[in-house]
Amino acid sequence: MSSGHVLSVKLYAVIFGSLIALTLTTTGVAFMDLGRGLNAVIALAIAVLKALLVILYFMHARYSSRLTWVFAGAGFFWLMILIGGTMDDFLTRNWFGTLG
Amino acid sequence: MNEQSIERREHYLNVNYGIRSWLFTTDHKRIAWLYLLSVTFFFFIGGFFATLIRLELLTPQGDLVQAETYNKLFTMHGVTMVFFFLIPSIPAVLGNFLVPMMIGARDLAFPRLNLASWYIFILGGLFTVAAAAAGGVDTGWTFYTPYSSIYSNTHVALTVVGIFITGFSSILTGLNFIVTIHTMRAPGMTWFRLPLFIWAHYATSIIFILGTPVIAIALTLVGLERIFHLGIFDPALGGDPLLFQHLFWFYSHPAVYIMILPAMGVVSELIACFSRKRVFGYGFVAFSSLAIAVLGFLVWGHHMFVAGQSVHAGMVFSLLSFLVAIPSAIKVFNWTATLHKGSVSYNAPMLYALGFIGLFTIGGLTGLFLATLGIDIHVHDTYFVIAHFHYIMVGGAVMGYLGGIHFWWPKMTGRIYPEVWARIAALVIFIGFNLTFFPQFILGYLGMPRRYHVYPPEFQVLNVMSTAGASILAVGYVLPLLYLMWSLRYGAVAGANPWRARGLEWQTASPPPTDNFDRTPIVTEGAYAYEKEPEEIYTFGKPAHV
Amino acid sequence: MSDLSIVRAHQFDDIEQQHDASWIGMWVFLGTEVMFFGGMFTGYTLYRNAYPQAFASASNHLDIWLGTINTAVLICSSFTMALAVRSAQLGERKPIINFLLLTILLGAVFLGIKFTEYYFKFEEHLVPGAAFNYEASLARPAEIFFSFYFAMTGMHALHMIIGIGLLTVLIIKARRGRFSAVYHTPVELVGLYWHFVDIVWIFLFPLLYLVGRHL
Repeated sequence: MSSGHVLSVKLYAVIFGSLIALTLTTTGVAFMDLGRGLNAVIALAIAVLKALLVILYFMHARYSSRLTWVFAGAGFFWLMILIGGTMDDFLTRNWFGTLG
Repeated sequence: MNEQSIERREHYLNVNYGIRSWLFTTDHKRIAWLYLLSVTFFFFIGGFFATLIRLELLTPQGDLVQAETYNKLFTMHGVTMVFFFLIPSIPAVLGNFLVPMMIGARDLAFPRLNLASWYIFILGGLFTVAAAAAGGVDTGWTFYTPYSSIYSNTHVALTVVGIFITGFSSILTGLNFIVTIHTMRAPGMTWFRLPLFIWAHYATSIIFILGTPVIAIALTLVGLERIFHLGIFDPALGGDPLLFQHLFWFYSHPAVYIMILPAMGVVSELIACFSRKRVFGYGFVAFSSLAIAVLGFLVWGHHMFVAGQSVHAGMVFSLLSFLVAIPSAIKVFNWTATLHKGSVSYNAPMLYALGFIGLFTIGGLTGLFLATLGIDIHVHDTYFVIAHFHYIMVGGAVMGYLGGIHFWWPKMTGRIYPEVWARIAALVIFIGFNLTFFPQFILGYLGMPRRYHVYPPEFQVLNVMSTAGASILAVGYVLPLLYLMWSLRYGAVAGANPWRARGLEWQTASPPPTDNFDRTPIVTEGAYAYEKEPEEIYTFGKPAHV
Repeated sequence: MSDLSIVRAHQFDDIEQQHDASWIGMWVFLGTEVMFFGGMFTGYTLYRNAYPQAFASASNHLDIWLGTINTAVLICSSFTMALAVRSAQLGERKPIINFLLLTILLGAVFLGIKFTEYYFKFEEHLVPGAAFNYEASLARPAEIFFSFYFAMTGMHALHMIIGIGLLTVLIIKARRGRFSAVYHTPVELVGLYWHFVDIVWIFLFPLLYLVGRHL
């Protein structure tokens, strides 16, 4: 399942450095006015990128079985269902009204 | 097998004696018994609350209990039955006992975690019993905010802590099943040779894993709001009570599939065995289990059609709710096709399976009425809803549970239950059940609201009928308790395979040895090869002992 | 090298099966954790959408520099944790212990900064409840923001405390020579858990600290 791949210190250091750089970037970008919607999108995109680096390399998902990928992805996918359904209700309350 | 061999041969029940060998066991079969005793206890507690409800509803006036007390009764009935009986019953009892055996393994992947699951279940149960003893909760098992988070003066925090803790029991059981089924199948046991009971429990475990944590956080937030005044659902702050309902029902709708999928798994096994036939459309039934689990996560808003949810969301959830009925219907058709030209016998387990098919179909069809927005406006929060879910939970899940208990009783105990009494009990339960709950469809359609301890006098006849049915149903439930216990001492000794069934669990002794099989099974055929003899399907390899 | 028969549990056929089962088991557990925290992220999404102004205003009351530093601290701890797992894979002993100790230290630094922030919020009357005090027009939804702040970071902190406990157990086992290149599954599993807790913070940081900072 996990291949037993031993990754080099150098690779871990590169990932670590990238994560720090991305952190400083996201803080820095927060002070710039990119239009309110875009600030949130950029911040989330950077967060997703950081999370992917941690999952793929620190958690060895890149070197693990497909089954690992399925379980790793399932939680996030299901969370999207929860958020999606809830926000669909909330954002469309004024479309046709409510029944209650 | 002669009478004396059951005493001399070592098996999982007699390998160790004493309370410590039970309370510290890691044997999945013994843990199944710990759960069996626990869920039976909670079933009768929940039944006690139901008795008081039905007694109050004999008369239109609120003369047995006050309104506040009645609110506590239906809350405790729901909480106990849902979280402490229906959700654990088949998975934690039959699933724990059978999943390793059906796949040819010695135990689950994580036996100590399995024992921890039971202790966590008991701890959660103790909290909830304590809350009941301290005066109970009156929010309904649904804990809607802001009543539960701010205004109720009952023991909400204690109860939600109990349910939260018990949720972990479910999560760990689901985790154990998923990992076990993925990694510990016997040689030759490919996915499409697995019994449908396993597919059903795998699908159920997906729901355990992805759904339970959401109700855990929903209840945690209610607890935090009550105790630390974190205003997450507080309308005075601009909070949205519907947020709670989204989080609550995101779990609680799939939870009903947790309750029914394992029962469907049992029914597949029973129909095949007592028709002496392969299940028709095995692949369709297997994928239907997965489809129910996945689609079941997409429909939760159908509980909130008239709660203030947007019409747009209502339409989406209504459409998806129609879709989720399809895989269930496929199963019913396939079971029926299995019966066709089968060699059918009507032993007690089969009576429960047939009862399941009929009653689940009625319950499921009435779900379509409720999924229809226009109809739901009229019948939401009426007895129509109550009848609908009791047809599925009691007419379906409980009958599946009892059918399974009877079917595997010889395997679990090495004893045969008394068949005549079992058939009588099944019939009494079927009659009592329908007399209890069919009138409730009519009551709901006529407008009687749920969760009220008083009602207009014109509804009394149907209510009296319902209570009369409940008393018959109660008798029907007590009967198995008595004759199953009787059979432990006086029942006929069972052989390894009294039903001449084809599952792997029947290819080892009754009761089984601690490691389930003396030699590792090697599988060469699919699950329901009733046209062949067991010897043609299974061979046994090297000794299983390690 | 430890005797393999000692570490294989009886229900498994071989040590590879045991490792695979444990690995998958931890990923499944982390899936449940995603859904658990996810409920709070759902609520957060709802309210940020409903009260963007209040959320932006309230977010500016959090210390962005302490938040950034804490994020960096946690990323460092994931680095040291990854190195601990690597040492375990290589069958080393002292490096495992050292990297685990560093991870605990960094985790403790994170918690120290966090609880200091909590203390500041308490002094500024930003803890939800009777003592909450905020600019009148945004007070109510701002209290919702801070409810989420405390609930989400509090739950995260609880998970970190549990993680530190697990790391301590690992150190004790490592000192007793329980791990080898062939068997070090507990180290891997705790590593997965620790990285997950880091990922939760990776999302919490921008959502709580970086709302409307340009305003």
